[in-house]
Amino acid sequence: MLADAWHYIATHPQQFATALGVHIAMSASALALAAAIAIPMGLVAARRAGVALAAINAANIGRTLPSLAVLALAMPILGTGFAPSLVALTLIALPPILTNTIAGLIGVEPDIVDAARGMGMTARQILRRVELPLATPVIFAGLRTAAVQVVSGAVLAAFIGGGGLGDFITAGIAMMATPLLLVGAIPVTLLSLGTDFLFGTLERRLTPRGLA
Amino acid sequence: MISIRGLTKRFDGAAAVDALSLEIGAGEICVLIGPSGCGKTTTMRMINRMIDADAGSIVVGGRDVTRSDPVELRRSIGYVIQQVGLFPHLTIAENVATVPQLLRWDAPRVARRVDELLALVHMAPDVYRDRYPRELSGGQKQRVGVARALAADPPVMLMDEPFGAIDPITRASLQDEFLRILRELDKTIVFVTHDIDEAIRMGTRIAIMRAGKLVQYDTPQAILAHPADPFVEAFVGGDRALKRLSLLPVDAFRANAPPPANAPRIARTANLRDALSLMLSAETDCAAVVAADGTVAGSLTLATIREALVVRA
Amino acid sequence: MTWFLRNWDQVALALWEHVTISLTALTIAFALSLGIGILAARRERIYAAALAVAGFLYTIPTLAFLALLIPVVGLGRTNAIIAMVAFSLLILIRNVATGIRNVPADVVDAARGMGMSAAQILARVELPLALPVIVAGLRIAAVTVISVTVVAAYVNAGGLGTLIFNGIASDHPPKIWAGALAACALAVSVDLALATLERRLRRTRV
Repeated sequence: MLADAWHYIATHPQQFATALGVHIAMSASALALAAAIAIPMGLVAARRAGVALAAINAANIGRTLPSLAVLALAMPILGTGFAPSLVALTLIALPPILTNTIAGLIGVEPDIVDAARGMGMTARQILRRVELPLATPVIFAGLRTAAVQVVSGAVLAAFIGGGGLGDFITAGIAMMATPLLLVGAIPVTLLSLGTDFLFGTLERRLTPRGLA
Repeated sequence: MISIRGLTKRFDGAAAVDALSLEIGAGEICVLIGPSGCGKTTTMRMINRMIDADAGSIVVGGRDVTRSDPVELRRSIGYVIQQVGLFPHLTIAENVATVPQLLRWDAPRVARRVDELLALVHMAPDVYRDRYPRELSGGQKQRVGVARALAADPPVMLMDEPFGAIDPITRASLQDEFLRILRELDKTIVFVTHDIDEAIRMGTRIAIMRAGKLVQYDTPQAILAHPADPFVEAFVGGDRALKRLSLLPVDAFRANAPPPANAPRIARTANLRDALSLMLSAETDCAAVVAADGTVAGSLTLATIREALVVRA
Repeated sequence: MTWFLRNWDQVALALWEHVTISLTALTIAFALSLGIGILAARRERIYAAALAVAGFLYTIPTLAFLALLIPVVGLGRTNAIIAMVAFSLLILIRNVATGIRNVPADVVDAARGMGMSAAQILARVELPLALPVIVAGLRIAAVTVISVTVVAAYVNAGGLGTLIFNGIASDHPPKIWAGALAACALAVSVDLALATLERRLRRTRV
């Protein structure tokens, strides 16, 4: 069966490459968009305890929503295809990044911030030189979680016409063709594991030396 | 150097600092002390505008702090807090270099200054420059904290219970070191503590505060000899006569007369309280004052010690 | 909306299937993780190994995992339940083991000193004190399982996902809404219920 799957890829390189490309593009874009929204939002929310709590609660509710439900809900509203899938995946990636950004900033010890302020750093300097570096490990853990969820969710985008490796899986199930199914399932599993590994390494690299 | 007039700060309607007025001369160490909630830390934090006053004025080195930009003001005032607040993600050198870098000194100058300061606080630059805060003990961290505060050579330093989180043994040696450092430099210090013994040891003048008001502001000897009211008397402790003795050096009361044979020996650098303690435990009334090399420099009698208290009064 | 009112029995049936599958999977996973978790709490190497394996499984995309099981167990509920158990094991083992490990050593020591057997200590001291952390794990596992069950409809497991897939296939938005919103509502309410339980447990134990 594995041999058949490999044979399929070999005979349909273009199809496979496109699906893989779409999958990666969709995942990367959703992650980038979610980070671009959630990190600034988290920076603002972390300043005020009430807002931070509300944001974390909202994010927690967001996290519990089944991914497929979110993707499915995009369809009646936005239609099918790449864009609606992208929107849904961005929404899925938002909660862990938001929660971790807030948690990371709140986790910086108040004495350190007090010392920085007392030494004459402006608010921006404190954020850039002290708070963000110290919050980076936690924020990155959130990015890592979100990345894996997005790659996983992008598989489901196949159901709303988003493309990606999920197409092979759905086709394989529909046609009861195991090799086809494997053409989707195995690469996407490898992709997911690879993403986790990549972000894990990044997380380790970006953790300031004094904190390890 | 620092002139505080009518300083007031209210929290929820209650006055944490109430019309406080105080003059601190250049080169002095002014210790703010009092029970919890007396407003000493609030007062200190108003000097570098970490908290803004409701009324009154603070003038530092001729500049009204309310008219200065807070950020710039803070870069010209050293700031040391109890928990130190070293940046864990930066090396010791980078920590110390913080304010000079904010002031945009050039790199070679910063590096020289960092090494100079580490040496000053007795932490070998070659060993500690590239270490991280988590590798240091509490006492070492606070030394770095002091070095960091001194980095841009500010004329004024604020210290909020800097040695409070450190064990008593290390604390005593840090206090001595800090006094030694101050003797070499020319700084005006505002030092907050709740420990009367630390205040007596460190302060040029002590400001005793209570419920936001200044109760007595004078030299340690004067406060010990003449507490202004029962509160101060209780605050400095029932053993204030002994505390006063601890401020008086043996060498100043040494008589040139040779001591009797078998007299117990006391170093000339010790204080009268140590001498008294020695004589009481040896059951004599005369001690031999010796120099560091062991030679006898003179003698000291119990009567002299007793008179020392009376004369000072 | 009107579709929903006219066909609420369909939704109710799907919901029932959904709950049954989820509960079955969760119970199996919990039972397994309890055993493995207790073992893992005692032995460092089992802890590390269990976490590694479960972590690996958790990273596999849901649909891929279900698909990979098809050649082995075919379609249907079994497939779905195996996948869900696999996914929840990570969280549950980790939380059971961590919860037990975090029980203060002096409390266990006192219990042993009083003459409790190992089994008694486990049952009367360690597990009760580890409960908040275990429930926290159950909460995440429950939400995960509900989410997987939605997808599992595609491999004929039943549940609210069937409404979604039917709705997509026949381009019938009300069905999609019904299925998706019901799944979301289920997930959120289960999460809230377990969160409240967790909070209450923490309050009496800390």
